[in-house]
Amino acid sequence: MKKLLSANQAIAWAAYRAGCRVAAAYPGTPSTEILEHVAEFKGAIDCEWSVNEKVAMEIGVGASLAGVRALVAMKHVGLNVAMDPLMTFTYVGAIGGMVIVNADDPSMHSSQNEQDNRALAKFAKCLLFEPADSQETYDMVTAGFALSEKYQVPVIVRTTTRTAHTSTIVDIGSGERGEVPGIPYVKNAQRNVAVPAHGRLMRFAVEKRSVALRELSENSPFNRAEPGAGDLGFVASGVAYQYVKEVFPEAPVFKVGLSCPPPIEKIRAFAAGVKRLVVVEESDPVLAEQIRAAGIPVVEPQTELRMMELNPTRLAALRAELLGAPAPEAPQPETGIPVRPPVLCSGCSHRGPFHILSKLKATVCGDIGCYTLGSAPPLAAMDTCICMGAAIGAAIGMRKAGLPNKRIAAVMGDSTFFHSGMTGLLDVAYNKIPITVMVFDNRITAMTGHQENPGSGHTLLGEISTQVRVADVARAFGIQRVHEVDPYDLAALEKTFAECLDGDEPAVVVVRGPCVLHEKWAGKSVNEVDVVKCTACGACFRIGCPAIVRGAAKDPAGKRFQSRIDPQFCTGCNLCAQVCKFGAISPAK
Amino acid sequence: MTTPLDRIFNVSLVGVGGQGILLTSDVLALAAMHAGLDVKKSEIHGMSQRGGSVISQVRFGVQVRSPIIPDGQSDVLVSFERTEALRWAHLAKPGAKILVNDMDRIPVTVSSGLQAPVQDADKRLAAYPGLTLIDANPLAIQAGNLRAANVVLMGALSAFVPFGEEHWQSALRERIPAKLLDVNLRAFAAGRAAAR
Repeated sequence: MKKLLSANQAIAWAAYRAGCRVAAAYPGTPSTEILEHVAEFKGAIDCEWSVNEKVAMEIGVGASLAGVRALVAMKHVGLNVAMDPLMTFTYVGAIGGMVIVNADDPSMHSSQNEQDNRALAKFAKCLLFEPADSQETYDMVTAGFALSEKYQVPVIVRTTTRTAHTSTIVDIGSGERGEVPGIPYVKNAQRNVAVPAHGRLMRFAVEKRSVALRELSENSPFNRAEPGAGDLGFVASGVAYQYVKEVFPEAPVFKVGLSCPPPIEKIRAFAAGVKRLVVVEESDPVLAEQIRAAGIPVVEPQTELRMMELNPTRLAALRAELLGAPAPEAPQPETGIPVRPPVLCSGCSHRGPFHILSKLKATVCGDIGCYTLGSAPPLAAMDTCICMGAAIGAAIGMRKAGLPNKRIAAVMGDSTFFHSGMTGLLDVAYNKIPITVMVFDNRITAMTGHQENPGSGHTLLGEISTQVRVADVARAFGIQRVHEVDPYDLAALEKTFAECLDGDEPAVVVVRGPCVLHEKWAGKSVNEVDVVKCTACGACFRIGCPAIVRGAAKDPAGKRFQSRIDPQFCTGCNLCAQVCKFGAISPAK
Repeated sequence: MTTPLDRIFNVSLVGVGGQGILLTSDVLALAAMHAGLDVKKSEIHGMSQRGGSVISQVRFGVQVRSPIIPDGQSDVLVSFERTEALRWAHLAKPGAKILVNDMDRIPVTVSSGLQAPVQDADKRLAAYPGLTLIDANPLAIQAGNLRAANVVLMGALSAFVPFGEEHWQSALRERIPAKLLDVNLRAFAAGRAAAR
């Protein structure tokens, strides 16, 4: 049966067909859709949104040790969170097949860094696959479960944004559910309890396994030489292979699909047949360095290939360099086109609190989510953003550093708070740090497309569940000053924020309002501007609402403009009316 | 146009989040598969719902390698509004068909005065010989729903793609819920007629 599938869909199909029994993930672009597709196979695979990637990985570990096949999925920075269990699980070793899907994001389409996690597979002494399209992703996940069991090794499949979100034709066989009997569980402390005495034994076992994995890689059908003409040859992995085949159709190519450990001897034999060997991989020179270390000469081109996504246009420049041909004439982009950055939606519940933080001149340590958009002008209400949960620790550090501004806030969303903000808040409570932790709580993981979390009241499968209240968590930690406020009441926000920021004790403010994209907006009314009263002062423009657009020029020089409200986008949240000092904005009659 | 493909045919679709670009490229890719071709559909939509640019690329032929179309190699560029057409015009082959929904979605940075608007958009667009402006919004309303404007553009696109209309029809039936099918088939027909 052939289907047009994204790699994310192909992963779900492969897990279903391979008899995977447990799947866990935390949402993160571009990996999010994997678990959503797994959930479509209702009942076949026990699947959940885990609270963070570390928990997801540990669930996979437990399921594997209990003898069933498990799938764990996350974006590249998610694997940082999950490295702790992975680094010791690789010693303990899988029993039921364990496949970890890790989605890298070259070009940082929706990430804060461009780390190449292939290096982490080498670090963890795991197997690593690099699929070049959805069919390969399907085949590699399928093979991954079996190899994980055979070699008792965690298997990582590294997708990238391009493969994850590209649809290609996939043969899924009969399409039917595969049933794989679980491996009977046997209690075995020497195998499964990683204490120093056992760890030392495991350490030797890991090295022995690595020898077997190198042998496997040398003989794997996923690693193959494709003959061609000429003395220029390529080693290519992942989607970079497709670009090499497109731009150098005549050249011999060694395709690396199982890239950790790399098939060094097969590559050595391939290299002997060409005069110049070039390694094309996305992003760091992970393969190139290992090939060079084995004494195989590799050409390092002048063309920059290390940063950002590769594409056929960039490889055409490489072709020009390597073959001395003139570079193809690339059409020039038009100039003077205004950028179109993502913005907080009209009616977004994050806009009001950022407006007030900006007004109060607070130092704001931000975090990862839609609300990171509050850093952009005109709100410009954020000082730092590092990683999931970092807002609180960073704010504590700023406070300890003796920043002259005593108004220090940590801002994060509900999903991020549950992911890794709670430990930071406990540190605030325990060490009595006088900062204000603000949780912008819209009860959903909005940025990645509205995935459920412990505040939502339901699970990935739509089952009703506990609905954790952030204020209750804060009180349970012993924080005395805890407030819940309405994001659309600017006066209340300003009063509460100012009191907390100027106080001398830890404070938590939970700003509670649903995501306008997710919940049917109840307001229904739209606002309008009274052109007689509007003085073109510009105050409403400074809240950065996409529904507020330029109206008529108010002065002959055309520098000051009245505002106008686009009824197509206005949600009637009424923030603009509250910032207007002239009473020019009110609900349309 | 139902000639067999001896080379890869490239379509770039661009616009703003929420305009239905991804559905359009989904149907195009499915139609190509129904026509018996190899196909790849690639899209970048990380923060599209927050008003950012969206781009989707579809390639089909006997065997497609790269999911990304080399710059200047798109046979058709479909833009769901005018500013994005200029932003991505360099993706199109010289003289390629450029189908543009004749409307503007002003970036918030422009509407709030942080950035200057595009100068001479009409003149600059008209400089592309393959340009066809499509009044997709009124045509969609006539068909029964403004939200079908993307399917009007899909119909226009279908007139410039080298496989038969029947493959579009079957892909639409596969992808569109039954209760919305009539409106969308009307929108498709209106777009196909408008492009000719």
